[in-house]
Amino acid sequence: MSGIRYITTFTDSTKPLDLVEYCTLGGMSGLQKALKSESKQVIETVKQSGLKGRGGAGFDTGRKWESLAVNGDRYLVCNADEGEPGTFKDRYIMERAPFLILEGMIIAAYATGAHTGYIYIRGEYPDVARTIESAIKLATEGGYLGENILGSGYSFNIEVRIGGGSYVVGDETALLNSLMGNRGYPLLKPPFPTERGLWDRPTIVNNVETLSYVPLILARGPEAFAAIGPADSPGPKMYSVSGHVREPGVYEYPMGTTVRELIDAAGGVNGTLKAVQIGGTAGPVYGVASLDYALDFASMRKQGGSLGSGAVVVMNSGVHMSQVLEVTMRFYAEESCGQCFPCRYGTRQLDFMAHQLAAGRGKTDYLDRIRETAHVMFGASFCPFGQSVTLPINSLLDNFGDEIVSFVKQQQFLKEVG
Amino acid sequence: MHDAKRSSSTPVPTAASILEKYPPERDRILSALHEMQVRVPGKSWISDEELAETARHFNIPLAELDGVVSFYALFSRKKRGEHVIRLCDSLSCRICGSLDLYHHLRERLGITRGMTTGDRRFTLEIVNCLGACSTAPNMMIDDRLVSGLSVAEIDTLLDGFEEVES
Repeated sequence: MSGIRYITTFTDSTKPLDLVEYCTLGGMSGLQKALKSESKQVIETVKQSGLKGRGGAGFDTGRKWESLAVNGDRYLVCNADEGEPGTFKDRYIMERAPFLILEGMIIAAYATGAHTGYIYIRGEYPDVARTIESAIKLATEGGYLGENILGSGYSFNIEVRIGGGSYVVGDETALLNSLMGNRGYPLLKPPFPTERGLWDRPTIVNNVETLSYVPLILARGPEAFAAIGPADSPGPKMYSVSGHVREPGVYEYPMGTTVRELIDAAGGVNGTLKAVQIGGTAGPVYGVASLDYALDFASMRKQGGSLGSGAVVVMNSGVHMSQVLEVTMRFYAEESCGQCFPCRYGTRQLDFMAHQLAAGRGKTDYLDRIRETAHVMFGASFCPFGQSVTLPINSLLDNFGDEIVSFVKQQQFLKEVG
Repeated sequence: MHDAKRSSSTPVPTAASILEKYPPERDRILSALHEMQVRVPGKSWISDEELAETARHFNIPLAELDGVVSFYALFSRKKRGEHVIRLCDSLSCRICGSLDLYHHLRERLGITRGMTTGDRRFTLEIVNCLGACSTAPNMMIDDRLVSGLSVAEIDTLLDGFEEVES
């Protein structure tokens, strides 16, 4: 299977801020098409394409737009707070195809009747923020943003907002809270942002990659997009492949591509394959059996996992799984926002036990206690962050628990016999 | 995010002159704080006075603003060194050598995580992902991403910082 060129049509350019070149490559043709149609028709087109949100939750984009309450002012927010470890595709798109993301935002705003949009970029990407600021200026000068866009009578402005460094803010409600200058705590849903979001106004929040596919769906037709990959989550996908592969990078492949095909695309494993983490740190860790897993929303759910952001971290036989557990649990403990008790306290317990295990001070019953803690967090945590901890934990212990147990037994033995 | 390295001839902006660029609307708070934090060259933290002025400007209680600042990892209310090194220790970086970099930085700078060197030149932080995993191991020095460097290359880089300043 070979790669697909949708977003990557634009990302090879050496002049990402050359608007003329962007248009020559076919950029802004989706916007022109959209502006000639009724906004309802644009939503219909996106619905027909079957596009699902590429940020992790996989919600149907057209349906989200359709569900936006239409009374009075409303907002469009682009979630560029890419924080999921192992994920770097949004950075890649914004660095290399800044006009594509703007074009997607303009079309989304037109379809949903928003006149103000924000792009919330994580604070760790200052260069990206500068690129996007420049692209906004150029697009405004070119008549693609601002008042009366391309003579259509429609007006839309985009402002950049910079994050402060927080994983949880990647959640859409937390992101809106942060954008409004608050601590980045997630909020209870419902109400969904589409009913009550920024300043209590209806708000659409879409991921960078999701919005970047929108112009291409308009330009190339929803049927072409829907024909790629599985029928229930179609289209191409920007996979982030890192770790022990020969050519780590972003690969645009159809939804439903197998782990094996993706690793092959990335030049193959460096060494002998041992494990793969899919969907980011808040995703499951599988053994070699995962090579045949298809990477799309429904298939990954069937495996008890989640496609998440489409991150694939490849580990060779040199990686000890107590290390993976330790890195993962430290991440959870440090990034828990602290709003709810099960997550605030649970992540610290998990981090403590994982740390002890990795340091050779663990006890074999820690493995059961880790599972138990994760299970409680799954049921009792306020937001998907705390709930997601079962994904890496259960998979790590199911697939690699033996390795950790034998390590603990060895350490205990050495302590006793000296 | 603004460049912390300004030429010595540029006058240091006052907190007030930074704040007046931002309308007193809450969605501007994080941007204002980012700029405030690096107001003075080599400074990368938010002082009590700066926090108080920012709270007044945005017309919110000081305690609430302190709560906002303390939520986000990129802001600091404690003094940091002239340069902040943020070493990424995500899984991708960890399995591609982040600990080699950590041990080297620890040895060279004589500090562990969260500490600042005695000469106040460097602060070492560890972060969870810088979103550049294909070039692991990664770190940021101030607002510059530094990717896939060997230990020797890092030495050259840090030497450069020290030469410029001495």
